[in-house]
Amino acid sequence: MEALLILLLLFMIISAVVALYTEELLSAVIAVGAVGFGSSAVFLLLGAPDLAITQIVVEVAALVLLIRATISIGVKTTSAWRSGWQPKAVAAAAVIFLVFAFLSFRDMPEFSVPVMDRIADAPSIFYLEDGLSSTGSTNHVMGVLLDFRAYDTLGEATIIFTAVFGTLTLLRKRGKKAVNRNEYSGEKTSPKG
Amino acid sequence: MKNRSLIIERVSRWMTPFIFLYGVYVVLYGHLSPGGGFPGGVILSSAFILILLAKGKQQALKNLPYGLAKKLDAIGALAFISVALLGFVFTGVFFANFLQQLWPGEPFHILNAGTIILNNIAIGLKVCASLFLVLLFLSILRISFGKKGQMQSMEDR
Repeated sequence: MEALLILLLLFMIISAVVALYTEELLSAVIAVGAVGFGSSAVFLLLGAPDLAITQIVVEVAALVLLIRATISIGVKTTSAWRSGWQPKAVAAAAVIFLVFAFLSFRDMPEFSVPVMDRIADAPSIFYLEDGLSSTGSTNHVMGVLLDFRAYDTLGEATIIFTAVFGTLTLLRKRGKKAVNRNEYSGEKTSPKG
Repeated sequence: MKNRSLIIERVSRWMTPFIFLYGVYVVLYGHLSPGGGFPGGVILSSAFILILLAKGKQQALKNLPYGLAKKLDAIGALAFISVALLGFVFTGVFFANFLQQLWPGEPFHILNAGTIILNNIAIGLKVCASLFLVLLFLSILRISFGKKGQMQSMEDR
């Protein structure tokens, strides 16, 4: 199973590099989608079906959003990455990251050993043993997300709320400065209401 | 948006109820099986996004009007917060699962997890409305690059 995981991770890394360095935006979006679906398969292999469902569903919606926001308005290619100092800076940052990752991964515990086998009073022991009796939820992930750690979910809901308001604020026409409004004169603004 | 094919229109008409039903199932059974409010809400909104992409925004706004989506967004957030505040009122702890503590249910039944199912429904409504609104904004109020290279938003006709 670890060989399959390593293959999937290599596939994801290659697709991420392709997404950065391709010129066609459609290919870049498809490569980003490949990264997302690869990580969904990794979650499924590691025994996290909740995360796999969320990842695959959000990935599809994000792909549709990306295509809708870039390609269907006529932005088809990009060439901002090719020249100048940015690729060198990215390469230098990657090298620094890899060095520190190597240094820190030597101290990491062994793969696929859960944290409660190493730490005696980890909170996950309590979640697993008393989760069903104190939350009533058969799905322990949901019991943790919406009962033990509901503050995190509150933050997530706040983020979505803010995202909607940010999108509306950035893209609206009503309420912008009069300088901009003069350039397309007289057209009715606002979506519905 | 002009060259819509007949096949896509028919297939999306047949697929939409099943996608919607699956989203409702994922939201309601989130405490029993993998799923929950967030992925269920995204599946629900993807039903509307399919309508928006296949049949255009008039049809999508007929199915989920703009005002209703805004209200659902706010109702989801308010329901989530008010369930948390009710936990504070009943037991003195914010986000406490007061329904499960006062009236514990049987495991493996749909009405057992107390506030978790209410929170799932609230988050499902909220995520569904939010994602639909984001795609609606991106497809109605578009950014285009004007003459001087500055961004303008433009109507999608």
